[in-house]
Amino acid sequence: MSIILDINGVNKTFGGLHALSDIQLKVEEGTTHAIIGPNGAGKSTLLNCCIGRLIPDDGTVTFNGHNMIGMQPYDINHAGMVRVFQTPEIFPELTLLQNVMIPALAKRDGTFKFNPFRCMRKEKALHEGAMEALADVGLEKFYDQHAGSISRGDKRRLELAMGLIQNPSLLLLDEPTAGMARHDTNQTIDLLKKIKERGMTKIIIEHDMHVVFSLADRISVLAQGRIIASGTPDEIREDPKVKEAYLGEAEDE
Amino acid sequence: MMNLSLKNNMVVMLIFSAVVLTAPLWLDPIGANYPDLLQKFAIFGIFAIGYNILFGLTGYLSFGHATFLGVGSYTAVWSFKLFTMNVVPAIIFAIIIAGVFALAIGYISLRRSGIYFSILTLAFAQMSYSLAYSVLTPITNGETGLQLSIQDPRYIDAMAGVAVKEGLPSTNLFGQLMSGYSGFYFCAVMLIIGFYVSLKIFRSPYGLKLIAIKSNQNRMNYTGFNTRPYLLSAFVISGMYAGLAGALMAVTDPLAGAERMQWTASGEVVLMTILGGVGTLVGPLIGVGIIKYFENIFSAMNESVLHEIFNFLPQAMENIVVSVTQHFVGEGWHLTLGALFMLVVIFLPGGIMEGITNIIRFVKKKLGMSVDESGDTL
Repeated sequence: MSIILDINGVNKTFGGLHALSDIQLKVEEGTTHAIIGPNGAGKSTLLNCCIGRLIPDDGTVTFNGHNMIGMQPYDINHAGMVRVFQTPEIFPELTLLQNVMIPALAKRDGTFKFNPFRCMRKEKALHEGAMEALADVGLEKFYDQHAGSISRGDKRRLELAMGLIQNPSLLLLDEPTAGMARHDTNQTIDLLKKIKERGMTKIIIEHDMHVVFSLADRISVLAQGRIIASGTPDEIREDPKVKEAYLGEAEDE
Repeated sequence: MMNLSLKNNMVVMLIFSAVVLTAPLWLDPIGANYPDLLQKFAIFGIFAIGYNILFGLTGYLSFGHATFLGVGSYTAVWSFKLFTMNVVPAIIFAIIIAGVFALAIGYISLRRSGIYFSILTLAFAQMSYSLAYSVLTPITNGETGLQLSIQDPRYIDAMAGVAVKEGLPSTNLFGQLMSGYSGFYFCAVMLIIGFYVSLKIFRSPYGLKLIAIKSNQNRMNYTGFNTRPYLLSAFVISGMYAGLAGALMAVTDPLAGAERMQWTASGEVVLMTILGGVGTLVGPLIGVGIIKYFENIFSAMNESVLHEIFNFLPQAMENIVVSVTQHFVGEGWHLTLGALFMLVVIFLPGGIMEGITNIIRFVKKKLGMSVDESGDTL
């Protein structure tokens, strides 16, 4: 298996706070790599460094053999690394269908295309693709509603559909099931398992251990900006340092 | 069903053309059927439609669009002076030059967003106004304004052997003079073309992306769009519309003055767009119609007219009412406009189009018809 994402020696400080210290992380193609850790451990900061929202102080992020540091977010997107946001970053004034069409248009039209005389109504393929993506996450019934009016859990699923329709080679999921009811969480797990069969590589940040252990091939544990352990789910379960930093709390009860 | 048919561009264009071209008929009963006012409706209509492509779709509030209006006028008058009194080259040059100006100003202003963008456009507009008013007097003729003169070379007309008759020549479209109703119909055709382009943009993938930028620009970046060229192209398009409107002002009355570029003129198009309905297709036109119509009525009123209107009241009452209302007419008609604007913004934040949409929805519900929430708005 080849390495699709190689994070090497990434540091990031905010003022005096070491948000990330010397992060080493390799993600193999086709796997699901979970990053867990307590709140404030730097998980989201790490993702932000990958997609160009933050620029690390030093270190490299190599994706498919190309250095991503300093690249524009839209170019990173077209390179095939796509993020699903934790707090839904949707287009509230647009309908669900339009919300999903936008990333599909990015995939088709590139970073910029001037096509003011094409008719949206005649974009049949785009329309069908977007409806399928909505059906994948179970939102097809609400396709003509405004995205701002749906529930928070549904917004998370819409986010997921917006990421999936671009069929990225690496999908970064930031707590995909936060704010979902148990039933919806299980549905999302099933969906993510299905995607895995298609061969899509994923990095998943998650608090819900049920989700992590059902999906992950490998787990890295982040605490206070450092990776304190990395391994298969079984290794992580048995790691004493992890128990102390993270899982330990549950065992004491 | 009405909504279903209005999704068809052809249907929309047929209705729109019919309404615009018959304007002299249906504006007659309310006393707005004279060429000067009709031309104003059409010209400001073009200005507002174009402005709405920037402000309505992307949400970027420009306070400097009068610059492009002025540039269009100056360019058109220069075309009349140097080349020919035919309006076609004048309009083409005006659109191109306004586009170039928009490209330069937009390129710099769009480095910032929100209020900073607005301030940058305002600064550029005031700079352009000052330049036109004083520094560039050789080109703009400063305070007096750029006018035609008997001595103008008009090379193309001269080559074509158009005889110079007594007095100043008139603008024409291949011989048809552009004054009175023919001037209006020419502007109306331009308005219909402008509306068609705007309709296509609104209903294209490009238009959808512009709306998405307004909705969540940050997300557009992470979704794989470089938003800068989208914004710049929308800015240039709206600048070209303003250039066309400026050229048509010169076509119907061949002179150009710096006051056309003043910030109040930029503010007026903002008012028109918001009053009618930002981001809707016909809203800005309704805004133009209302503002230009009321400007025409109220600014023409004076004390004696008010006395006539209120003479059914007892003498004492009449004097009081007139002494209050006289501040709202004539020179002070902007007070009326301000009050109207406040009422609309407070009660109908989506403009008059929001009111119309609400009424249509209410009627449809009463009649038990289905309400289509996702339909393309007009």
